[in-house]
Amino acid sequence: MQKDFLEHGLNFNRRRFLSRLSLGLGSAALGSLLVPDLFSGDSADSGFVPGLPHFAPKAKRVIYLFQNGAPSQLELFDYKPKLRDLAGQDLPSSVRGMQRLTGMTANQKSFPMVGSFANFKQYGESRNWISDMLPYTAKVVDDICIIRSMHTEAINHDPALTFFQTGAQQGNRPSMGSWLSYGLGSENKNLPSFTVLLSRGKGNSQGVYSKLWASGFLDSIHQGVQFSSGDDPVLYLNDPDGMNKFERRKFLDQISKINQLSYEEFGDPEISTKIQQYEMAYRMQTAVPEIMDLSKEPDDIIKLYGTDSMTPGTFAANCLLARKLSENGVRFVQLYHQGWDHHGNLPTEIASQAKDVDQASAALITDLKQRGLLDETLVIWGGEFGRTNYSQGNWTAENYGRDHHPRCFSIWMAGGGIKPGISYGETDDLGYNIVKDPVHVHDFQATILNQLGLDHEKLIFKHLGRRYRLTDVSGKVINDILA
Amino acid sequence: MGNCKFMNKRVSLLVLIITIILYSIQACNTATEKAEVRIPDKVSYNFDIRPILSDKCFSCHGPDGNKREAGLRLDNEESAYKALKENPGAHALVPGKPELSEVFLRVSTKDTAIMMPPPSSNLKLSSNEIKLIKKWIDQGAKYETHWSFVKPKKAPLPESEDPDWVKNEIDYFILNKLEQKGLTPNPEAQKEYLLKRLSLDLTGLPPELDLMDAFLADNSPEAYEKLVDQLLKSPAYGEKMALHWLDVARYADSHGFQDDSYRSQWPWRDWVIYSFNRNLPYDKFITYQLAGDLIPNATKEQILATGFNRNHKITEEGGVVDEEYRVSYVIDRTNTFSKSLIGVTLECAQCHDHKYDPFSQKNYYQLYSFFNNVKEVGIESTVGGPETYAKKPMIEISNDEVNKILKFINKQDTNKLIVSVMGDRDTLRKTFILDRGAYDAPGAEVNAGTPESILAFDPKFPKNRLGLAQWLFDKRNPLTSRVFVNQLWQEIFGRGIVKTSGDFGMQGELPTHPELLDWLAVDFMNNGWNMKRLVKQMVMSATYRQSAVISPEKLKADPENVFLSRAPRYRIKAELVRDLVLSSSGLLVKTIGGPSVKPYQPPGLWENASSGRGILRNYKQDHSADLYRRGMYTFIKRTVPPPVMGIFDASNRDQCEVNRLKTNTPLQALIMMNDPTVLEASRVLAAKLDGEPIEAKEKVIRAFRLIVCRKPSEKEIDVLTSYYSDQLNIFKKQKNRAESLLSIGEYPLPQNLNKSSVAAWMQVISALYNLEETITKT
Repeated sequence: MQKDFLEHGLNFNRRRFLSRLSLGLGSAALGSLLVPDLFSGDSADSGFVPGLPHFAPKAKRVIYLFQNGAPSQLELFDYKPKLRDLAGQDLPSSVRGMQRLTGMTANQKSFPMVGSFANFKQYGESRNWISDMLPYTAKVVDDICIIRSMHTEAINHDPALTFFQTGAQQGNRPSMGSWLSYGLGSENKNLPSFTVLLSRGKGNSQGVYSKLWASGFLDSIHQGVQFSSGDDPVLYLNDPDGMNKFERRKFLDQISKINQLSYEEFGDPEISTKIQQYEMAYRMQTAVPEIMDLSKEPDDIIKLYGTDSMTPGTFAANCLLARKLSENGVRFVQLYHQGWDHHGNLPTEIASQAKDVDQASAALITDLKQRGLLDETLVIWGGEFGRTNYSQGNWTAENYGRDHHPRCFSIWMAGGGIKPGISYGETDDLGYNIVKDPVHVHDFQATILNQLGLDHEKLIFKHLGRRYRLTDVSGKVINDILA
Repeated sequence: MGNCKFMNKRVSLLVLIITIILYSIQACNTATEKAEVRIPDKVSYNFDIRPILSDKCFSCHGPDGNKREAGLRLDNEESAYKALKENPGAHALVPGKPELSEVFLRVSTKDTAIMMPPPSSNLKLSSNEIKLIKKWIDQGAKYETHWSFVKPKKAPLPESEDPDWVKNEIDYFILNKLEQKGLTPNPEAQKEYLLKRLSLDLTGLPPELDLMDAFLADNSPEAYEKLVDQLLKSPAYGEKMALHWLDVARYADSHGFQDDSYRSQWPWRDWVIYSFNRNLPYDKFITYQLAGDLIPNATKEQILATGFNRNHKITEEGGVVDEEYRVSYVIDRTNTFSKSLIGVTLECAQCHDHKYDPFSQKNYYQLYSFFNNVKEVGIESTVGGPETYAKKPMIEISNDEVNKILKFINKQDTNKLIVSVMGDRDTLRKTFILDRGAYDAPGAEVNAGTPESILAFDPKFPKNRLGLAQWLFDKRNPLTSRVFVNQLWQEIFGRGIVKTSGDFGMQGELPTHPELLDWLAVDFMNNGWNMKRLVKQMVMSATYRQSAVISPEKLKADPENVFLSRAPRYRIKAELVRDLVLSSSGLLVKTIGGPSVKPYQPPGLWENASSGRGILRNYKQDHSADLYRRGMYTFIKRTVPPPVMGIFDASNRDQCEVNRLKTNTPLQALIMMNDPTVLEASRVLAAKLDGEPIEAKEKVIRAFRLIVCRKPSEKEIDVLTSYYSDQLNIFKKQKNRAESLLSIGEYPLPQNLNKSSVAAWMQVISALYNLEETITKT
């Protein structure tokens, strides 16, 4: 029976909801029209079908700090002293195996290994290794779980990003946030359940694009809504100059009167929905600017996230915003920070990128923790693939570049029922292959869903005859990292 | 007399009781969602059984040989009747004997060790489904060929109890079904509603005032048909028809990956509009697009049409593996062909035999082979100058050609214009089955061919795309006509006769009116694949002309209006929302075709998402006339498609799409309230209206008719005139606010305006644009 609920999902809920509306059971029971909260205990009460989540969730919300362009694991999290010793030596083909290469290094005559210019130390009680590029992250090392054995299938940005976000390299599938919105709905009736924040560092950039937060074949109500730092935090949110809140209210009352007449004439429940959607839009017009306003944040918070957090559109400001959105019940907050694609000039570029994100990423953990929210918020930090242990093009010990590497890379997760202060998985001494506990992108996605109380094999949507899921046809939960 | 009255009372009481009982049963049915559906006297394999077997059994006991469990195959009778491989004493199906049939025993058992489907699959049969299977076995467990793989035949028109209602053949089928379901059709819609509906469906534009007046005044019996013919002749007809085709063809103005730079594919789009307008028959329309370059003595126009197969995304990301992308383009063409032209999800067989439909992986690569011989590479160039705006093979279109033979191309300048088209290599590129669909895992070699289960490839056809087109339009092909008729039905009635318009396979929905679909499909073929004729047939029907009023009874009995006891009522497409706003305000620039344009867009969207490379890194908004073009000409950068379009469910043109969703969200409300396009249109119309020497009430009526396309009721007039007076008083006191509102948009404001009054009208008109009815087909 649960199966049927899943398949019908919100479409079914919406139909039922509309038929209730048409029976005059009315708006008192409506709750949120953006996406109803399918998590809360009173869902049955408001006429929505229970059945989700599949089991008791550890996390209620996700904040995903996506590092777009693929940060080098060898300079940040995966300490390989041997690479320094072997610097300049050709990577043995036995290690490289059948790994396909990107067009950027495929024609390179040799593959000179290069050690990291960055120094590593062990931190915290966990004694986890972290590079001196990330001093603030080092301070929260006992709160995070570092996975050093991520691997993926794609070797280029577009398919790799798409794979991380949708579980498939090609195609128009729903983004992870859309799946969660579909499965769990929204906790806040004035805010979308899936929001997106963009920022950019100074390093070599690769684009991000709205197709990454698209809802694919799911209802478009589940697509990510981009919040931006400009004048209009959500597209078309602001009334034009010359319109004020009082007049907007009056305006809505007029159209509502005439829409009501149409409803009497046609009896179409979509008309009632339309009236409610305008009310929702009106509430968003107040709720969103309140959330976006960082001016009332106390000094200690600004200090925690760094002074950059006062500059709208920076990664730091977006982290602070992410906390506020999440705190207010936004199910999935997706950040993208561009600038990690360091094919050349890596030491300089990665230092500046790391400086951009380090303090605020760590601050987010500290801040959520001090508010008692870390337990129920899953925070993720990482890129779309890793980087090679050999240099792209000419190199010196101080200046080199690294190409794309799908076979191993590092990410971290924190909160939301993930074991704090551990590391998981290992790579070989050359930092080229995984030797222990590999984690595929689908395993990672299955684990995220699991923490939200969703079975990745059951959260499905039937489209054109096929049952689709975020993890496509594979994926297993990484039980060893669960608290 | 008294006695009689008494009888009457008793009868009415009885009727009332029966009604209540029926009503409760119905309510109960709705509540349990089909759980207690009646078992038919004669169980049909195609309509009752296959949907169950396909959805719940075929993924392990179906066509995919690699994933088949226990060697058992239930999708064809020969193997299903055989002794079981693992237990030769038993049989999956013993016709007439459910108690000896493992299929029935396993689906009905409570023993989880032998239960089917196994609990681990998360699948389960309902009690109703189990009853159906039992009865089917009882009745002989007879298999039938899947309905859509059998050539359509024209069935005799059903008898009807209400011949007066019927206007053409469509209505016989619709009415017959309604009678079976105990429903009656709605009366014909009022003329104003009809006109708006027709105008939106045939041209995508709201009717203009003089057309409204003329139609309202024409009381002749031919008035409606005259109107249909007039609208079919409008050049906007081709634009409206093209809208759906651009989704199918995943047409866009950028290459689609990563840096996502510019491509100049729009002349192909101009050809599509032109072809609809001159009513090129569907067989030619498709043949040119599939194989125009292979037609003997191909014309430039026919070669241009093949741009269809080059509209897919093409990478410009440095460092990719060439062959990986080249293969992905061939896959895209194969999938587009199968989804849009024959309505099957052949793409599933890219990595393995299809799990539900009788398509092997070999079938997939045989079809793929037709598209695998193009003179192309995976990555031709990275982001660059004009030479990268099309990829080889390509044609150049000269101004001379535009002046002489390709007059339909709206080329305004003398710049070099290149378009990606099809062109095959001289030597055949070998095609291999790709293991798991991976470009670097070739297996056995295959030759071009088509799935036998649909129609074997006739050896007399050439083994190239031209032959494939001939196969498609072979009268024995069971799918081509049905699939297109269904898409067109969907565009006009809002939902296909087969709801899953891209899947006519086992997992697709069954047709709600199979005989009607077949009748139309055969009729379409027999009448030279004449598209305008087919459109006219649909809109001339009484079914189409019904009113859209939804009574509570009908809402209950048929909430999704599957049986069409009323006209469908739904929000118009994204592009048409824009068209309606521009057209009713008088701003619309009706130029057809040409390079896509960049109207108002919130700042920063392209810039924030860009890597900083290519001419599309910044959004350079257009000005003057280019701000007021139809929605279909709005520039589509695939990775950051125009947000207004996306929020109203337009395709992002990433892949072939045959059906858009229709959602109703708060973000749509924000657009209608605050998009400068809508506000500017309100302002421009307000200024025009304010200058008219008529009373306020007359102005309200005029604006209402332009925007909502009907005369307002007294109540509506009251609401709007008092709103106007109220706003006028306020703006007289708050001149600054009026000034601010009137400064929205680039369209010049006339001199010497009464600003308070124009601002007040602007509010009224903006309210009209925000009405639900305005952007709804009623």
